[in-house]
Amino acid sequence: MPRDSDSVLVDEDGTGTGQRHPARRRRARILLYVVLAIVALLFIFPFYFMAVGAFQKDPTTTLSSLAPTGRWTLSNFATINERLGLLRALANSLVFTAGVLAGTLVFGLAAGYALARLNWRGRGALFVIMLGVQMVPFQLLMIPLYVQIAGNYGLGDTYAGMILPSLINTTAVFIFRQFFRSLPESIFEAARIDGASELRVLRSIAIPMVRPAIATVVLITFIGPWNEFLWPFLITKDSSMQPLAVALANYISNVAGTVANPNGAILAGACTLAFPVVILFCLFQRYFTASDIGAGIKG
Amino acid sequence: MTTSTSVAPTSTPGLPRPATRDPWWRRLLGKQPLGLGMSLPYIVFLALVMAYPLGYAVYISFFDYVFTAPGVHADHPFVGLANYRAVLSDPRVLDSFGNIAVFLVINVPLTVILSMVLASALNSLTRWTAAFRVAFYVPYVTASVSLIGVWMLMFSDDGLVNSLLGPLAPDPSWLVNSHLAMPSIALFVTWKQLGFYVLLYLAALQNVPRELYESAQVDGAGAVQRFRHITVPGVRSATLLVLVLAIITGSNLFTEPYLLTSGGGPDGASASPVLLIYQKGIQQGNPDLASAIGVILVILVGLLSLASTRLTKED
Repeated sequence: MPRDSDSVLVDEDGTGTGQRHPARRRRARILLYVVLAIVALLFIFPFYFMAVGAFQKDPTTTLSSLAPTGRWTLSNFATINERLGLLRALANSLVFTAGVLAGTLVFGLAAGYALARLNWRGRGALFVIMLGVQMVPFQLLMIPLYVQIAGNYGLGDTYAGMILPSLINTTAVFIFRQFFRSLPESIFEAARIDGASELRVLRSIAIPMVRPAIATVVLITFIGPWNEFLWPFLITKDSSMQPLAVALANYISNVAGTVANPNGAILAGACTLAFPVVILFCLFQRYFTASDIGAGIKG
Repeated sequence: MTTSTSVAPTSTPGLPRPATRDPWWRRLLGKQPLGLGMSLPYIVFLALVMAYPLGYAVYISFFDYVFTAPGVHADHPFVGLANYRAVLSDPRVLDSFGNIAVFLVINVPLTVILSMVLASALNSLTRWTAAFRVAFYVPYVTASVSLIGVWMLMFSDDGLVNSLLGPLAPDPSWLVNSHLAMPSIALFVTWKQLGFYVLLYLAALQNVPRELYESAQVDGAGAVQRFRHITVPGVRSATLLVLVLAIITGSNLFTEPYLLTSGGGPDGASASPVLLIYQKGIQQGNPDLASAIGVILVILVGLLSLASTRLTKED
């Protein structure tokens, strides 16, 4: 993100008082970088700890083990795989996440477009309801949803039951609406005058123009189901249906106490769950910025 | 601008079209009824997994309700406020609300102050900003379950933190100490969520006019003064958002007490209301009591959010 000289805490271009103390100004800026770097290390350190420990034969948690020189191994991954079927759990996580992504992209995109560009009765009411929805905590809905989905619909231990409560991400609908609203009306008018149907306008004009929004929505929506613990934990009793977050949590709370040294296996499982997301967000960080998120949250 | 006389009267903006010219469905559904069709899946979704369960939760909380096998009929007599009286006289429930109060007192001020300071520091730099931003939000995008696995090891009895502290290490250790379990969870959640709030503040800072800082600087205002008198009031609406979101996130605490302190331990010192909703509603089969806790929780969150609105209002 290109940024010209800013001056919230530190002066970049010497005006006013700063000009008289260029050396002091430089020192202050270097100090700021050092402080931020230390804070950033605090944020990243547990990931380093996780990654190193996952490949150590017997990860201890003393200072000397932080920079190991040898004894690298893959046995922790083999152990956790034996216990909870790592590939099966990863596949369950992927199906859960793909279902939510598909629902959000198809239905959320359509709703976002209708809210932003079409004139129909109930549009204002739906928008107000969406604002209200963000205030309702899922935890209040947990019990009735469980009765409804596991009991009435008989969807316990199914992917459909897992996906249903998060099928369409409301934050994503907000983001789509915001992006569609920012497109100039003249493009749409021109297409309509040329005789394009409303659906064709959406498919050939609007959607290609909001590609960055789609990238942002994929990132934001991805972390929901991939990381979610509570709902899939409630709805799956069959361990072969559990996504990785649930399987790993069960290992931590039930199995870990019964084996000799579970640390390596826990860290290997934690790595498998964490690093796909970490890599995704490092690669596509430019689609996860202040303005994208702001648009989604404030509506 | 000249007005054209050839404009058809039906498309004159501001003037209502003559109603008789529209077919009935257009009058009922609006000018572009396709919009309703395109939103219909989302509307059905909201009704099915939001509105209906919300009403059902409130309903259950006024009845004596038990789970039954499909097809089995059981009476659900109306009991008025009995469920509410039962949970409000249960010391474990009251303790869980007290625990959340401890959590919020630590988490909310830390979150607001740290994210505001980090965002404005980041906003003042020109290089490495993307790298810092990613470093700050990486915990936010990572699964709680993964990070809890790491924190458990780091804060265990013979873990990294205690070996760094040496003789200063608390006894009993962090997560099994009834005074430190909840503060440890509050610190964990602050650390995990902070990057998201930094992003919100970064967005708000884009709207604070650069000239304000420049003229304040010309007037001789130092960095701290500029932060207090320009940044803090300039991002006030973001502060309200951060307060409300932090309060909602904190009140919904479940995974951390369930895993990090193994079921709200030690001895219920880190139990949260949502953990009790799970234990009472799903494990012990009392959805009526669980729903009553949920309704009380939502009312308290609503009151706290209202108080935040007052607090961040301009004086």
